[in-house]
Amino acid sequence: MASSNQTKIKGKAAARPSPHVSDEIRKTTCYMCACRCGINVHMQDGRVKYIEGNKDHPVNKGVLCAKGSAGIMQHYSPARLRAPMKRVGPRGSGQFEEISWEEAYTLAESWLRPLRENAPEKLAFFTGRDQSQSFTSLWAQAFGTPNYAAHGGFCSVNMAAAGIYTMGGAFWEFGQPDWERTKMFMIFGVAEDHDSNPIKIGIGKLKARGARIVGVNPVRSGYNAVADDWVGITPGTDGLFIMAMIHELLKAGQIDLEYLTRYTNAGFLVNCAESGPSKGLFLRAENGKAQVIDRATGKLADYDATGVKPALTGHHRQAGETYRPAFELLAEQYMSDEYAPEAVAERCGIPADRIKALAADLARVAFEEEIVINQPWTDWKGERHEKMIGRPVSFHAMRGISAHSNGFQTCRALHILQILLGSVEVPGGFRFKPPYPKPPESHPKPHAGYKAGQPLDGPHLGYPMGPEHLLIDEAGQPKRIDKAFSWENPFSAHGLMHMVISNAHAGVPYKIDTLFMYMANMAWNSSMNTSSVIKMLTDTDARGDYVIPHIIYSDAYSSETVAYADLILPDTTYLERHDCISLLDRPICEADAAADAIRWPVVEPDRNVKGFQSALCDLGARLGLPGFVNEDGSQKYADYADYIVSHERRSGVGPLAGFRGEDGTSEGRGAPNPQQLEKYIENGGFWASHLPEEAQFYKPWNQAYQDWAVKIGLFDAPAPYVFNLYLEPMRKMQLAAEGHGERQPPEHLRARMIETMTPLPHWYAPFEQSQVAEDDYPLHALTQRPMHMYHSWGSQNAWLRQITGVNKMFIPGALWDEHGFAEGDWAYVTSPHGRIKVPVARMDGVNGKTIWTWNAIGKKRGAWALSEDAPEATQGFLLNHLINELLPPKGDGLRWANSDPVTGQAAWFDLRVRLEKAPKGAPSEPALPAQDSPVGQGPKNVTYGDDF
Amino acid sequence: MTSLPQTTEKKLGLVIDLDTCVGCQACVVSCKEWNTSNYGAPLSDVDAYGAEPHGTFLNRVHSFEAQPEAGCSQTVHFPKSCLHCEDAPCVTVCPTGASYKREEDGIVLVNEDDCMGCGLCAWSCPYGARELDEIFGVMKKCTLCVDRIYNENIPEEDRVPSCVRTCPSGARHFGDLGDPESDVSKLVAAREGFDLMPELGTKPVNKYLPPRLKDQPSQSALTPQHSDAKGLFAWLDKALEKL
Repeated sequence: MASSNQTKIKGKAAARPSPHVSDEIRKTTCYMCACRCGINVHMQDGRVKYIEGNKDHPVNKGVLCAKGSAGIMQHYSPARLRAPMKRVGPRGSGQFEEISWEEAYTLAESWLRPLRENAPEKLAFFTGRDQSQSFTSLWAQAFGTPNYAAHGGFCSVNMAAAGIYTMGGAFWEFGQPDWERTKMFMIFGVAEDHDSNPIKIGIGKLKARGARIVGVNPVRSGYNAVADDWVGITPGTDGLFIMAMIHELLKAGQIDLEYLTRYTNAGFLVNCAESGPSKGLFLRAENGKAQVIDRATGKLADYDATGVKPALTGHHRQAGETYRPAFELLAEQYMSDEYAPEAVAERCGIPADRIKALAADLARVAFEEEIVINQPWTDWKGERHEKMIGRPVSFHAMRGISAHSNGFQTCRALHILQILLGSVEVPGGFRFKPPYPKPPESHPKPHAGYKAGQPLDGPHLGYPMGPEHLLIDEAGQPKRIDKAFSWENPFSAHGLMHMVISNAHAGVPYKIDTLFMYMANMAWNSSMNTSSVIKMLTDTDARGDYVIPHIIYSDAYSSETVAYADLILPDTTYLERHDCISLLDRPICEADAAADAIRWPVVEPDRNVKGFQSALCDLGARLGLPGFVNEDGSQKYADYADYIVSHERRSGVGPLAGFRGEDGTSEGRGAPNPQQLEKYIENGGFWASHLPEEAQFYKPWNQAYQDWAVKIGLFDAPAPYVFNLYLEPMRKMQLAAEGHGERQPPEHLRARMIETMTPLPHWYAPFEQSQVAEDDYPLHALTQRPMHMYHSWGSQNAWLRQITGVNKMFIPGALWDEHGFAEGDWAYVTSPHGRIKVPVARMDGVNGKTIWTWNAIGKKRGAWALSEDAPEATQGFLLNHLINELLPPKGDGLRWANSDPVTGQAAWFDLRVRLEKAPKGAPSEPALPAQDSPVGQGPKNVTYGDDF
Repeated sequence: MTSLPQTTEKKLGLVIDLDTCVGCQACVVSCKEWNTSNYGAPLSDVDAYGAEPHGTFLNRVHSFEAQPEAGCSQTVHFPKSCLHCEDAPCVTVCPTGASYKREEDGIVLVNEDDCMGCGLCAWSCPYGARELDEIFGVMKKCTLCVDRIYNENIPEEDRVPSCVRTCPSGARHFGDLGDPESDVSKLVAAREGFDLMPELGTKPVNKYLPPRLKDQPSQSALTPQHSDAKGLFAWLDKALEKL
């Protein structure tokens, strides 16, 4: 794109009031992060000229972030792969030879076919930041391997799972604050790509209305910079802080009693025996329904019987056992001195008065500033309500509180706080986005039943309700390579992609043959323990063969991970591909509408690349996978677009909900429509269907919502439910650990399960913290994602890397002075696991015990078509080198996973370190050897736009 | 040197809300994206994939910390582009007449055909709002998207600068600051908008809205009604009766 100057300038220089903008606008979906905004791609001379937000789109309503606008540089990136490649040098060298697709498929088939025929579990298929999980999981299921998941395990599964288990959905894809009405908004931590534009739009609305924003985050960047109040909490203590606010609310009686009796399991009777196999379980009638004490009659009743008003206090004696409402247990737990603000203040780094004031503010806004909407609605029991009562406090949180080993319980506590305030699914509070709410019972159970030559016995991932749903063999050993749904992390709803390489390398629980990955930079910024992972990927056995025999990887760019694969399937850019953002998967709905969207090739690839999902259609057909071939054995789906339009998951329900039926007029349910993609394109790349007014709130209990959801195919029969303040499946796991039931955990896990799997969230110290001496490692170390970057994709972008090309380690002012740092200095940061050398900078708006840096800026030399002296490689660094996937040994002969014990979520933010001054100057350490670039290096200069 | 108009019919400009800007850089990149393929020479990027990438941007966001006398440090995100000053020193200093301020709307522009890239205007601008494009050798600056705001080829609602259209948090506003009845003028009045470095006498048209006072937590606390769970339960039974 470089060009000489002057000639071009002539004729363009003068201010022309109405220049030609573009020949055509093509509307598709962004993929510069996980947000999935609608974009208008302006085309000129058949090329991409300009990208702006789509004003009609439900997610971004016309705005677009820095990543989205930099999409051009991503699309034209010199790091794009050009053709399938076969490794010709040793792993890690980056030496490849370009091959044909035919050769690539033949090679892949030569590895995969014998596995399918003999041992399908020896394929581990993990798909990273995949937005097509309902498709990739179908492929994995057809192949028959139990070893499939995407990247949720190292992202935010604690939030997702805690939300589903507690109330049928969490933040972002499951729900959002009622931005139009909320008056007080608390945001904990951040994960910039999780609802990035909607949060910014929402903050703008709150600011315009003068609503209050409270930021709870160790670092005062981004949203916390504009928050009216910044609470610079100590990492890993959010749960304590939340429980202390609950303590205050309970002591003052500032809770929504009517809401609790109607919509939660607060009245469910819990067995309060001292011990025994029923201790802590609900009292159930023969019909299986949990029992409550009806306040009107004082007698037992099914919790959902019409007219029953559950008591929240009292007790019931039956067969020698005492039963008490769950609410009593909750109140006793959180009203105890253990959770008093004074008791937690020091650990949280927040004065007790501040905690008390915030609890008072929440109560005041929720109860004294309630909102009333004169909209009648009818509940699940047929009772008509004349009004909708709003409690205008709302919350958002994501990875900041998730990525700790106590993250599941912290996320549970945050949901419980919202429920006690009566602010879920009411005006001004948190609102679900269809197809949520969806309680845990309505999700599939996990499956791992594999047999040679057969598809798996069901979907891989799901929500266990007790030990009976774990994926373990008769000896209690995990059936999956990532040990998901095993005793170590029973509710690992998103799998544990971050454990796959180390488990495969160790051959525990078994050896695999082929590791097949998509779109996750597992040899670099997406793995804990990066240097060791690189060794595992390149390690050889006594015969000189790689310990992980085959690695297939699909990526669009020359990432670090490409260098470690044997076979590369080159993906397209997001502007060159078909995709569906499906209701079967992780849709783009808003609280008042169901919506889905597509991507389509606004330009055709100019390289020998193919959308990964289309490659799976081809590969699936070659392998003869059921569902991927017709009866005569021929290929079923010509490509992913064909699948999107013609696949039916249930009769009449397919990947896209809009424009169904032969004439394209059906919504949700209807026969496949061959013209469906054209209809989406005409409609701006998306489809949306709005909820009736009476269905807008109280969705889990609202008849109109339930009926609407059935009508458009979200589910097949109304499924009202109540929220789980008390989570019985957790208690079932504890019972197993106490020695009850057919399936019981191994001895070494029992104490930890009893401590951590409490049915009401308790706070416990993050594991790493409780295992290392505070004097040795006195500091917390974190990363945050820059708002203008999405992991390693962003930092190779010619425009974005000019904004942040180097990540420094930010040091709190007092610590900076104590160490005598000056501008331009470098430091060693040491964890129990390793040491890195990094450039440092001072920051005062940060928790005094915390140092932090920007995520995923650091690059390996030779990757991403950057020059080997690029600052990302010479000064940028990864914190990952300091974080082990296993905790430090604690003398019991075992190495415990550095994960949440409930979900297996990677505990990135538990990291403890110490700091010391280092000799000034690059390179940052570890300085790993360069890899060859299979795509060469980017051009010296870029003069984008010169040609238009 | 070049002269400035005595008055302009309109004073088009931006109002930037420092209370709402989260520093996301959306305006920076959208500006680059629009302007690199429209008005004049592209905004080039030198050493784009190398050791010292540096390119031309018409708008940049600076993030810094400010320590108030009491309380914790504040983080401020400060977007900065040409302020289209009424007394624009960059215009009067221009030796060729390439820099000019328009009578009709007050926008300060560079006629690139007449620009010889001497850099005097950038030197004279106290805000550092002009950048000399290294490859094309001409001075680049914010045009207030003069090729959008009057552009009949785009929908009327989109005839605003690219940075304003894209800003996710709605922190950027565009309008006629010469008209006291315009939305932007009213916003400036309501929020006590200010000039950047007024002491320099450049009379910038763009205004900034100050961050609201932060970290003023309420001193309230809930009055405990129940010292323990038993007390709560007794109250709760009565409260439920009333429902």
